Amino acid sequence: MESITDAIQINENDNVATALRDLQPDEAVSVKSKNDTKQIAISDLIRYGHKFSLSEIKKDEHIIKYGEVIGIASKKIKKGAHVHIHNVLSLRGRGDLENKDRIG
Amino acid sequence: MDFMGYKRTDGSAGTRNYVGVFSMVVCANEVSYRISQNVLDTACFLHQQGCCQTSIDIERVNTVLSNLAKNPNIHSLILVSLGCESSDLRRVVEEVSDSGKRIESLVIQENGGAAESVARGTLLAQKMVIEASTVRRVPCPLSDIVLGLKCGGSDTTSGLASNPALGIASDLFESRGATIVAGETTEIIGAEHLVVKKAINRTVSDQILSIVSKMEQRAMSVGTDIRGGQPTGGNIKGGLTTIEEKSLGAVIKFGNSKIREVCEYGIQPREKGLVLMDSPGREPELLTGLASAGCNLIAFTTGRGAPQGFPFIPVLKISANRNTWKKLSDHIDLDVSGIMSGTKGIEEEGERIFHELIEVAGGKRTKAETLGYVNSMDIYMTGPVI
Repeated sequence: MESITDAIQINENDNVATALRDLQPDEAVSVKSKNDTKQIAISDLIRYGHKFSLSEIKKDEHIIKYGEVIGIASKKIKKGAHVHIHNVLSLRGRGDLENKDRIG
Repeated sequence: MDFMGYKRTDGSAGTRNYVGVFSMVVCANEVSYRISQNVLDTACFLHQQGCCQTSIDIERVNTVLSNLAKNPNIHSLILVSLGCESSDLRRVVEEVSDSGKRIESLVIQENGGAAESVARGTLLAQKMVIEASTVRRVPCPLSDIVLGLKCGGSDTTSGLASNPALGIASDLFESRGATIVAGETTEIIGAEHLVVKKAINRTVSDQILSIVSKMEQRAMSVGTDIRGGQPTGGNIKGGLTTIEEKSLGAVIKFGNSKIREVCEYGIQPREKGLVLMDSPGREPELLTGLASAGCNLIAFTTGRGAPQGFPFIPVLKISANRNTWKKLSDHIDLDVSGIMSGTKGIEEEGERIFHELIEVAGGKRTKAETLGYVNSMDIYMTGPVI
């Protein structure tokens, strides 16, 4: 898909950006934000619409998109890595945790 | 600015003019369906409810059927009953008659069975459709629009482009005195702190927090992670990772108007302007809820390409995913992918959605309507089948 940038950072506080085309591993991509455009080296295949990290994110650190918390890192996430269900946990609707507490 | 609509005696205005054939209970679905297949310009409402349920759910079936019947897009209707169901035929007939609308009932067990009922219903529907066809569209103010908002098959483009554009369109309707009904309580989870800022007062704000909390507790009560159910498998493939992320993108379609009321599922709002209806996110239940709330027009954004329409309400599909537009152009009405590529602005695409919705209200057909892909319907139940 043709686009004027490779990826977008929606809010200045976000630590993830969204790919506006399929991004290839080891590609250096331009990330547009409100104020500037920066270059980030991508380490994974990032599909259109998927997210990657703009900086290293530690385990249990918040994932921020739209300037809001969308979950926490379940493991350390390197800069430029794919950010999705394999390394992010939701903080809401976690009936599994309640269940574990009840059983435990 | 006006639209061409069907003015009804109760003051509301239809964007379509159907004779309804509504089933009182799951057991009457097949007779209802066959009648509607036999007669053009009928709209069939079927569902899986109406018997062997808690009194709370049966009460909801009665309320929703009454309100669907009162929807301005229904000129007149036939209610098809088996005869022994728990839902209350007499009550629905009385409630709808009070509104001045013609309502006929057909009871299968009193009409010689299914085949005889289909035959009688067909002949009755034929007369009613001819009568309905004499009604003409007249100019109606935009304050007669009751617009339902929905996003389905969401992906990242929904939150970035199509929902913000729909929010602009929603605000344009609001500023002209229309009613806008948003639902999908599940898709407020994680974004409620932003949504309550739009509440007109403390009562509404408290109600928003309460319905979101109850919906989350309901999902959690089964002891599993909500992920996979919400966000769905398709949402996840489309790049949405958590319900928080999905919700933050979903609530943008509410626009910047104040939320004036929180309604129970399927209840007609008292207020004009933006109102919130407590409902799940799944299409059949949500679209039915919007129709029951009195919506005569529905705007539906989709990322991955949800095809659903509703039997008697036009559902305009909007996508900002260029690939979806290319692959599913027989289902998607409006392509707003220019927002994603940066060639179009959110404001201008929002205005385009607004104008297209007015066209559709005036009779322009949606793609779902032309293909007859309009049977996404069921009533949202909260208790078990017993």
